[in-house]
Amino acid sequence: MEYQAGDFDVIVIGAGHAGCEAALAAARKGLETLLLTINLDSVAMMPCNPAIGGTGKGQLVREIDALGGEMGRNIDATMIQVKMLNTGKGPAVHSLRAQADKKAYQQRMKEVIEHQEHLILRQQEAVELTAENGRITGVKVRTGAVYGCGACVIATGTYLKGKIFIGDVSYDGGPNGLFPAEELSGSLKDLGFPLQRFKTGTPARVDKKSLDFTKMIVQPGDEKIVPFSFENDRIDIEQVPCWLTYTNPEAHQIIMDNLDRSPLYTGDVTGIGPRYCPSIETKVMRFADKNRHQIFIEPEGLNTNEMYVQGMSSCLPEDVQIAVYRCVPGMEDVEFMRSAYAIEYDCIYPTDLTASLESKRIAGLFFAGQINGTSGYEEAGAQGIVAGINAADYVLGQEPLILSRADGYTGVLIDDIITKGTLEPYRMMTSRAEYRLLLRQDNADQRLTPLGREQGLISDERWEHFLAKQKQIDEEIYRLKHLIVKPGEASAKILESLSASPLQNGISFEELLRRPEITYENSRGLDPERPELSEWVTQQVEVRIKYDGYIKKQLQQVERFKKLERKRLPEQIDYSDIKGLRIEAAEKLTEIRPATMGQASRISGVSPADISVIQIYLESLKK
Amino acid sequence: MNSNQDTIAAISTGTGSAGIGIIRISGPDAVGTAASLFVSATGKDLRTAEASKMYYGRIRNPQDDSVIDEVLIVKMNGPHSYTAEDVVEINCHGGIVPTRRILELVLAQGVRHADPGEFTKRAFLNGRIDLTQAESVMDVITAKSEKALEISVGQLSGSLRDKIREIDSQIIDMLVLIESNLDYPEYEIEQLTNEKITSGIENARTLAQKILEYGRNSYLMREGVRTAIIGKPNVGKSSLLNLLLGEERAIVTDIPGTTRDVIHEAILIGDIPFVITDTAGIRETEDQVEKIGVERSLSAAESADLILFLRDASKDLDDDEAAVIGTLDRNKTIFIANKSDKAEDVSRETNWNYISVKTGEGIEDLKERMSRAVTGGSVEGSGNAVMLNERQENLLRQTIQRLDDARRAIDDGLSAEFYSVDLTEAGETLRQITGESLGEDVLDTIFERFCIGK
Repeated sequence: MEYQAGDFDVIVIGAGHAGCEAALAAARKGLETLLLTINLDSVAMMPCNPAIGGTGKGQLVREIDALGGEMGRNIDATMIQVKMLNTGKGPAVHSLRAQADKKAYQQRMKEVIEHQEHLILRQQEAVELTAENGRITGVKVRTGAVYGCGACVIATGTYLKGKIFIGDVSYDGGPNGLFPAEELSGSLKDLGFPLQRFKTGTPARVDKKSLDFTKMIVQPGDEKIVPFSFENDRIDIEQVPCWLTYTNPEAHQIIMDNLDRSPLYTGDVTGIGPRYCPSIETKVMRFADKNRHQIFIEPEGLNTNEMYVQGMSSCLPEDVQIAVYRCVPGMEDVEFMRSAYAIEYDCIYPTDLTASLESKRIAGLFFAGQINGTSGYEEAGAQGIVAGINAADYVLGQEPLILSRADGYTGVLIDDIITKGTLEPYRMMTSRAEYRLLLRQDNADQRLTPLGREQGLISDERWEHFLAKQKQIDEEIYRLKHLIVKPGEASAKILESLSASPLQNGISFEELLRRPEITYENSRGLDPERPELSEWVTQQVEVRIKYDGYIKKQLQQVERFKKLERKRLPEQIDYSDIKGLRIEAAEKLTEIRPATMGQASRISGVSPADISVIQIYLESLKK
Repeated sequence: MNSNQDTIAAISTGTGSAGIGIIRISGPDAVGTAASLFVSATGKDLRTAEASKMYYGRIRNPQDDSVIDEVLIVKMNGPHSYTAEDVVEINCHGGIVPTRRILELVLAQGVRHADPGEFTKRAFLNGRIDLTQAESVMDVITAKSEKALEISVGQLSGSLRDKIREIDSQIIDMLVLIESNLDYPEYEIEQLTNEKITSGIENARTLAQKILEYGRNSYLMREGVRTAIIGKPNVGKSSLLNLLLGEERAIVTDIPGTTRDVIHEAILIGDIPFVITDTAGIRETEDQVEKIGVERSLSAAESADLILFLRDASKDLDDDEAAVIGTLDRNKTIFIANKSDKAEDVSRETNWNYISVKTGEGIEDLKERMSRAVTGGSVEGSGNAVMLNERQENLLRQTIQRLDDARRAIDDGLSAEFYSVDLTEAGETLRQITGESLGEDVLDTIFERFCIGK
C-alpha cells in the first residue's frame, strides 16, 4: 500500500561517499533533506581498499574539503597511517594518502549526518522516481512510502542490479554481502535513461593471525603527519604499518591452470572493468613475462583482524583463490575471512548530464558517483558535493556551481565524463589535469574555498582564518621580493654550506629562492628578520616564488582556455541546420549538446574549423 | 572591431604569378612587427609611412642583420583593410624559400600562424563581409581546413610519414615514462631518469631538425618537383600543360637545351614549384626517329619525381598503354583520363582522375592531387628530399621549440611534471601535422605497457 510520507526539498538516494557529501551539502545550505540508504550500517562504507587519497585522489579530497565537504575531516579523524606520495617530485604531484579504520570512518560520518540540522537519515530502498512535465517530483520506496521532493540526487554506487561473481558461482547481490537494488534501474529506463553495465572487483580479506609478517617488508607511515583538511593543523596518532610481499611463478601457474573457471574469461562477466584495477588473473595473463606482482597487506582497522590484500582482486573460484593466496610468501597458512569477488552493476551514460551533474532529461534530477561510470571513494565524494550543492541551488532557484578544468580536479573529472563519456570505470589521475601545476593539493583552498563560501558551506570562523592565511602569504611574498641579500663573507659562508655559489651582486630574496639548491627552510640564516609563520603559509610562499615561471606559463594556457569557455552555446541550437558543419561534428554536437564553445571543442570528432563555423553561425544570428 | 584579437600571419599567395610570394599580417601588432623587420630604401619608418602605398626595401633579420629578400611592402590601417584590422602585406619576389623565411621571421616576433580561413573569419566577425555571405564564409573555413588536414595520417605516406611517426613515438615514450612514474609512484615499473628524457628529447629534436633541413635544402623546394606528363599522342598532353600554365598565369621559363619533343615548364601550385616535362607520345614504333622520342619520355618518367599519366577517357586502354602502366612507379603516378566531356556515359573508375582540358573540368582537383602528392610524402625525390608545406614546416619548428623548453626545465633542475607540460605541447603540436589529437594515447600506452593498479 502506498502512503504519502512527507515532502522534502532534496532527496538523496544512497549514503555512500557521494550520497553523504550531497546530503550534507544540501542540508548545510538549509534545505530540508532526506538521505535514503538500503542499509543504515552501510553509511560511508568502504567496500574495497581501506584507504582515502592517493595520486590525483588526494587532490580531490582536498578540494572536497576546500568547498566545505566532510571527507577530509572524516579521514583526518579516523586515519591509522598516512603517507605523502611523490615527495621526490614537485609540489603539483604531491598526493596524500591515508589508511582508514573503516568502521571508525563509517561511524564518524554517520554521526555527523545524524547531528546535521535539516537532514534526516532513513533506511529505505528507493524503487521508483516520479516526474511530471519533465521535472522530478518524488521518490517511492519499497515499503510503499512516497516522498515528495523538489530535487533528487541519485548516488546508488554499485547497487543497481548488482551481481556478484566468484568463479562459477554467481548471484544477485550488492557490495560487501549487502542486498542489491533491483528496481530502480527499471524506473530510470522508464524515464528514458539508457544504461550501461560496468564491473569492478575486490580482493579477499584475510585473518591477520594467519599471516607471517617476518616474510614481508614493512611499510610504515610518514614520520610527519600531514592532515587532509585545511581546518586541521596537526594530527597526533600512533600509526600502524602496512606490509609488502610478492606473488611468484607458482601462484601464476595455479591461475593459468584454472583460467577456464574464471567468469572473466568464460564470458559470463559482460560488464567492463577498469584497466587500472586489473584482477590478478588479468595481470598474469596480460603480463606473462612478469614473474612477480606486488601485494600490499593493509589493515582494515584497529579493532579487527581483517587485512586487505591489495593487488589480489579476483573472481576466480574460492578454492582457486585460496590456493593462489597460499603461494605468496607470508601467506602460506592464510585464512580467508571474506572472499574476493567481482561485481557487475548498472550505470548511466554520463554524457546525459550537464556540468552541474543535472540530467538533461529530467529537471531537478542529479547524479553522482559510480552510477555515473566513475570509480573510487574520492571521485564519488567530489561529484557528491557538487551534485548536492546544485540540487539545493536548483530548489532555491539559484545559479548552479560549475567547476571548470581550471578550477580543480573535480572540474576535470566532471568535464571528462560529461563530454567524452567513459567506456570503463573512470579513475582520476594527475595526468588527466592539463593545468596540473596550478591544481595542487596545497592550494585547493585558494581555488575553491571562496566558492564554498558563496555556497554557504564555509563558516565565518573558517573564512576569517582563510583570509588571514592569504594575507600572510601575500605579505611574505612581498617582503621577500623587497628583501635584498648582499654579497659578502656572511652570505657566502651560508651559501657554501648549502653547496650554492656565492653572490656577485645583491639580489632579492625572491630571486635567491628560485635557485634549485635553496629552500625557504634552509635559507633561514640569510633572513634573520623572518616572521613566524605556519607551514600552510610558508609552503605557499615557496611554491609560488620557486615555480613562478611555469605557473605563469600555465596561467596563460588557462587564459586561452577560458576564452572559449566563456562563450555559451544556446540550448536550442540546431546543429543540423548549420551549413558548412561536417556531418560527423553535427551528430556529435547534437548528442552531447555542449554548454560552451570550450566544451564543444573537447568533443572528439569536433575540429577547430567546426568551432569557427559555429562561431560564424552564432554571429550571423546575432546580427 | 574585436580588440582582444591577437596578430596572425600566413603566406597568402594562392595563385598568381609564380615568382611572387605575399605574406599577410593582420592584427594590432601587424605594423609594429613588419616595421621591426623592414628597412626602407628611402629610410622611411613603416609606422609613420602612408597607408595603402607601396614601399620598396629589404627584410632584415634583426638578430644578425642578414638581408633575406628585397620586398615591396604595403600597410593598410583598420578598418580599411580586408580583415578590418591593421594589415601589412609583404611582397617578395625571390620565390618560395625566401617567402617562407620571411614568414618564419614574422612568427618569431610572437605573431601566431593563421588558422585555415582565419583572415576570412576575421573579416566576417569584424563586419567587413556582408551577413548574407555568412554561409560562404563557413564554406571557406571548412574547405580550407579540410584541405590542410587532408594530409592526415592515412594520406601521409612514405618517408615523411615515417619520420613524423618516429618523432611522435619518441615523444609518447617520454610522456608514458613520465606520467606512469608520476601517477604510480609505488609500482615496480621502468624508472624515470633525467638521462632517459634528455636523450629522448635529443633524438626527437634531431629527427625534427633533419626533416626541416631536408625540406629546406631539397631540390624539390629550390628547383621544383620534376613532373613528367606521359601518354599516347593526341590524348591532350600539351593542352593539359597549357591549361595548367594558363590557369596559373605562371611564368614560363624556357630552360635552354630542351629538345623539340621534351619541354620543361615551371609553375607554382599552392606554394609548391613544379617543373613539368611534356614528352613525346608513347607507342611501340618501328620509326627510328620516333623511337628515340619514346625512349626519352620513358626515361623522363623514370627520373621524374611525379608522373602524370594521361589517357583518352572515351577510349579503352590499349596494350601499349597497359604495358607502360606496368612499368610505372604507382606511388608517384597520378592517373588521368582526359576528354571526360566526350565520355559522359562511360562509367568512371575510381583510381582515375577525370578531366577535360576543353571544359576545364577536374583541373582544380588535379592540382590538389598534385600538391597533396608532394606534401603528403608520395613524392620522395631522391636522397631523402622531402617537401613540406608552410604549415607543416611551422608546426615542426614549434615542436622543436617546445622540446627545447623541456630541455631547459631539466637543466634548471625542475622535476618531471614541469617538463611534461612542454613535452605534451610538443606532442600536440606535432600531431597537428597529421590532424590527430594526443587524447588518451598516453594513458592507453601506459596501461598497455605497464602492469599497474591495485
